[in-house]
Amino acid sequence: MACERFAVQHGPLSVEALTRAVEADARPRGEGCGAVASFVGVVRGTHQGRPVRHLEYEAFEPLAVKVFARIAEEVAEHWPDATLAIHHRIGRLNVGEASVVVVAATPHRAEAFEVCRYGIERVKQIAPVWKHEFLADGDAWIEGAAADPDDRDARNAALARASRAMA
Amino acid sequence: MRVTVRLFARLREAAGRPAWPLDLPDGATVSDVWQAVVGAHPALEPFGAALSAAVNAEFARMSARVHDGDEVAFLPPVSGGAADDESVTQ
Repeated sequence: MACERFAVQHGPLSVEALTRAVEADARPRGEGCGAVASFVGVVRGTHQGRPVRHLEYEAFEPLAVKVFARIAEEVAEHWPDATLAIHHRIGRLNVGEASVVVVAATPHRAEAFEVCRYGIERVKQIAPVWKHEFLADGDAWIEGAAADPDDRDARNAALARASRAMA
Repeated sequence: MRVTVRLFARLREAAGRPAWPLDLPDGATVSDVWQAVVGAHPALEPFGAALSAAVNAEFARMSARVHDGDEVAFLPPVSGGAADDESVTQ
């Protein structure tokens, strides 16, 4: 009945289903669940002013799912009462479609925003997922930095952004 | 020993193939696998500057030993390393 908390899938993502699953997982823990924050990454219609036709996402699926679970372990170190779930879509996506959903459930609202922000920042830093953009006039792979889950600076940067989410 | 090489995204495109078996001497490291990949596909050489590796779907250092039957994957930079200011390559 409950959906997996960490997944890579070809089909459309469901924020509602994931939210329900995370809330149900969080309810019996600690103080219970008083807040659920969700982040949805969607395909933007422009890149640096140029129109985007569609995107293709590629992932190293088994490693990506392990990375999502690892991010949840990192979350548990800082927010022991939080429950995190991450679903990423792969394949061809059109403008406006959801590419990634991060849901965080916590006893109180402040931590829910923090955990959600931390989760998406870490996904961007270390999940083996690649974005190939198809524009009207060409295509481009969008690349940041090489994934290194043991890079403390990157992790601290994600923590700083998470706490800034509440500043 | 024989390992399976896997490449993703731009690496896969540059090599023109996603995976293949590779024979190596015993005691080889992930770095040795990469050198063999570059030897077969010199166009991949520049990607060595920003690369992640995984052995059997777990992140691995370039110095890690590989073993017979391992799957050794090489990963180009992921799509969102730098907050919201991504860089376009190609």
